[in-house]
Amino acid sequence: MGSMTIQEALLAALKQATTVLPQDVVNALQAARARETSSMGVAQLDAILENVAIARDGSIPMCQDTGIQTFFVEAGVHSPFLKDLKGWIGDAVIQATTTVPLRPNTVDPFTGVNPGDNSGRFMPVINWELVDGDNVVVSVLPKGGGSENMSALKMLAPGVGMVGIKKAVVEHVVSCRGWPCPPTILGVGIGGGADIAMKLGKKAVLREIGSQHADKAAAALERELLELINMTGVGPMGVGGETTCLAVHVEYAHRHPASLPLGILVQCWADRRARVRLNADGIAEVMS
Amino acid sequence: MERNLTLPIDGATARELRVSDILFLTGTIFTARDEAHLLMLEAQESGKDIPFDPSQMALFHCGPVVSRQNGGWKVIAAGPTTSIRMELFEDKYLETFRPPIIIGKGGMGDRTQTALESVGAVYTHYTGGAGALAAKRIESVEGVEWLEELGMPEAAWLFKVKDFGPLLVTMDSAGGNLYKDLESAVAGNIKAIMERIDAT
Repeated sequence: MGSMTIQEALLAALKQATTVLPQDVVNALQAARARETSSMGVAQLDAILENVAIARDGSIPMCQDTGIQTFFVEAGVHSPFLKDLKGWIGDAVIQATTTVPLRPNTVDPFTGVNPGDNSGRFMPVINWELVDGDNVVVSVLPKGGGSENMSALKMLAPGVGMVGIKKAVVEHVVSCRGWPCPPTILGVGIGGGADIAMKLGKKAVLREIGSQHADKAAAALERELLELINMTGVGPMGVGGETTCLAVHVEYAHRHPASLPLGILVQCWADRRARVRLNADGIAEVMS
Repeated sequence: MERNLTLPIDGATARELRVSDILFLTGTIFTARDEAHLLMLEAQESGKDIPFDPSQMALFHCGPVVSRQNGGWKVIAAGPTTSIRMELFEDKYLETFRPPIIIGKGGMGDRTQTALESVGAVYTHYTGGAGALAAKRIESVEGVEWLEELGMPEAAWLFKVKDFGPLLVTMDSAGGNLYKDLESAVAGNIKAIMERIDAT
């Protein structure tokens, strides 16, 4: 895409994330379709792939639940735009609600009132991370409610070790049945603390399918968990089949000796994401 | 068996439907999620009229994206929402309003299963997230109720549909339940998986 202002690029990223499933996810769904042996599972994957094509060709949302707009910002400490960025992101979400359109999803938990534009207290969600340099990268993850409801935190006893982690993840995925719209992408956050494990897991969801963790042990756990989960037979949409999960992404932090927090972040097949880069000269581009 | 059905359907037809049948519906369906279920049940209890007849339609667990266009409504995306949330009151809702077909995703619990059997209705599964595909099969919006009070996702939308599907029957009025069958298969697999984890 050509050069844009940051406001234009944020809007374009919200539209792209909502309407065009990233190619790595499409590839993974097609591979799942090719190896599926259950006819009911095949029917689910065919409907998903047809739906993805209709959404892409018509520039319409691939799912009616356009999610809670969740942003991850890698903010270069020398960027001249840091003070304005929060406002721009909030404005882009309000505007995208009309133009894409997005479903107005934010609701006041006390009154039930929906402001109608995806704004609200702490909305949209913005996670900030300071990095070197003068560039800013904004990742958007419109996170649907059905899969978010299936995310879980387990505060394990450290003595259960990696065996306990593997069992807890598999048991959790099975208990979710078809509710999170499998085949899913799992973000598994280990260590840190209750909040850190959940946040690491959610950030891990952002990674491309096919990528693996730089740490060998974490990468091995990703592969093993994926294989184990796909032995369960839950299958696409929980109607039975070979592929329950498209990818497992692990992220970890050091932990307290008494704690082994495990965050299991469940992302539905509609693994919607897009990234915007904002250079110090004010030129922005949508990256993926 | 694949079946094309035109709504409304009679009680005998609904009772014939079985797990693993695939349905394509033509006619009017209406959306109701948590809030519309509660509102309709409360309205019925306090003797207020419901402005449409659910027994002549299919109930769709869905919170659509709808946009105003040329003074009318256009459905942008309308896939199913997770049905189990409605388990809290679906049995009462079925017995009160008697829709012959429920469309949702993920299945429902024992209370709903019992009500399906007593009312003679089926639960059908529609591919989760397939909002664009669903919108393509919706010909028009026939009306919307409680939009002001409930907002776009929770309002009751009446959709005129053609060949709406594929809808897989996963719970039927004869006690058939695809999720229960699958659960026993998965339980067997889990045992093998846990043994393998222990062996590593």
